[in-house]
Amino acid sequence: MNIFHDANRKQIAGRRRTDWLLHILFVTATSIGVIALCALLIDILLDGVTRLQPDLFTNFPSRKADGSGMKSALVGTIYMLLIMAPVSFIFGVGAAIYLEEYAGKNRFTRIIQLNISTLAGVPSIVYGILGLALFVRLLALDKSLIAGALTMTLLVLPIIIVSAQEAIRSVPKSRRDASFALGATKWQTVSRSVMPSAIPGILTGVILAMSRAIGETAPLVMIGALTYVAYLPEGLKDSFTVVPIQVYNWLSKPQVEFQELAASGIIVLLALLLLMNFSAILLRNKYQKNV
Amino acid sequence: MFKGKKGKVVLMLMMSMLVVFAAACGNNANSGNTENNGGAATNNVATNAPTEEAAKLSGEIKIDGSSTVFPLTEAAAEEFNKEHADVRVPVGVSGTGGGFKQFCAAEIAIADASRPIKDEEATACKDAGIEYTELSVAFDGLSVVVSKDNDFIDHLTVEELNKIFMTGSTVKTWKDVRDTFPAEPIVMFSPGADSGTYDYFNEAILDKAGIRNDEAISFSEDDNALVQGVSGSKYGIGYFGFAYFEENADKLKVVPIDGGSGPIEPTYDTIKDGSYAPLSRPLFIYVNNKELERPEVKEFAKFYIDNIGALAGEVGYVALPDEQYATEAAKIQ
Repeated sequence: MNIFHDANRKQIAGRRRTDWLLHILFVTATSIGVIALCALLIDILLDGVTRLQPDLFTNFPSRKADGSGMKSALVGTIYMLLIMAPVSFIFGVGAAIYLEEYAGKNRFTRIIQLNISTLAGVPSIVYGILGLALFVRLLALDKSLIAGALTMTLLVLPIIIVSAQEAIRSVPKSRRDASFALGATKWQTVSRSVMPSAIPGILTGVILAMSRAIGETAPLVMIGALTYVAYLPEGLKDSFTVVPIQVYNWLSKPQVEFQELAASGIIVLLALLLLMNFSAILLRNKYQKNV
Repeated sequence: MFKGKKGKVVLMLMMSMLVVFAAACGNNANSGNTENNGGAATNNVATNAPTEEAAKLSGEIKIDGSSTVFPLTEAAAEEFNKEHADVRVPVGVSGTGGGFKQFCAAEIAIADASRPIKDEEATACKDAGIEYTELSVAFDGLSVVVSKDNDFIDHLTVEELNKIFMTGSTVKTWKDVRDTFPAEPIVMFSPGADSGTYDYFNEAILDKAGIRNDEAISFSEDDNALVQGVSGSKYGIGYFGFAYFEENADKLKVVPIDGGSGPIEPTYDTIKDGSYAPLSRPLFIYVNNKELERPEVKEFAKFYIDNIGALAGEVGYVALPDEQYATEAAKIQ
């Protein structure tokens, strides 16, 4: 009896040790990511904080680091967002509503679904090539703001569709049934019963997709967003540049002052990303209380 | 009932958001159109009355091409905009080859090039009916560098460089290069194969045989990474544009190169008078002749040639001799 008891104890101690070891392992796994991010942030902040001055926002790029700014890049990024957000919202959410509410559960739908999931994982440069062929060359939009924004829309559409679908799917079936039972049509059900519950999730998805888009460089390099732009785009067909391209341009210069400028450009981009992600969370929380 | 109302409010909010976005975009488009019309109108006026052109130039001059020439064109565009604020001069960096492709498709007015146009590119331009003017704008010198701690290298010959970097090279240690050098392994750094600098080194030193690609050599598209690499390894060697050496002269030692007539160190003077051979090269811009008829393009090309000599040093390149600029300027009269 006693021996049995001891063996049992040993076994428990062994399990405890495994548990403890795994605990350490998982903490390490988590902290590697966090530490890497912190190191990156601190490094960039140290490099860039001295250049984080009004000049950065009010001046155009210059060959001289002092007084060089990224006004055109920042405005280019914001304009692109303003075009991209409504276009991708309409098409993305529209597609999600169709797939979730209207489309029959058949082979055709499954093929579309598979396509969209695959597209969400396609490397962004491929969208650049598509944008170059379709918007820049075929539709003759040139290397313009609208061509860039439409290419980015293609890039984020699959992400928006998938997240909007999930948001719509999470609305309990009972709500739809109740609506139908009252004699509502499909559209009445979707617009008055499903969408109000799904909208926080959808908006979160859209905003997160937008924040992915403003950090992208590859597709825009492909369609020819320009490196030196010392004016603000004033129309949809004007040429433009965006923040990541400006940062890349500064990084490739030999002078150390430009490396600092690049760091402050990254800080601005990170701040913009944080702001967008933060507003996504706020929106979600606000609407969740209401519904 | 209550819930339905809430839903309506949310939907209304959504809709109003969309309307705001749409309105913003609509405004954009409108203002853009008027601006474009305005631009076109001023253009016409300028063509009809050339006397007024200096006062009111506008329009867009699209430029693309070599990343090596970019700093020069950027500087010229920046200074030009101080005098002609209404002319837009966007500059891209698609590489020399990418630039010519767009140039011969009439997508851009000026192509930046770190080498003369190739025959097949010239043919493509000709087939598209595009005539152009080639303008030399400055010199770039490739500098071969070693670490500041390297105390045994006083110069290298072109043959020795060839031996070190040649594809299939069996050179492993410095002793393999020259008997008096220590038997320490060489650590090599080179720009990547997509850069014009790689092409140029490959052509001038290796006779287009290609740079070795084994464990002894590291490639990077980022010149600053090459600077870091060479300055950090005592037995390292690398090469890149003169501008990068200039900026990092405190960390690096430049190697004089013997191209057959004694070792020559790259300096502004030796690059300018052509004695730093074969590693100094001229840089070009190519201007579409049809575009050159537009007053703003002509003015910009003139401005470029008149001012680039003074701007070249500032961005790490070497100006051409003055009489050469006079010759270039004569091409666009």
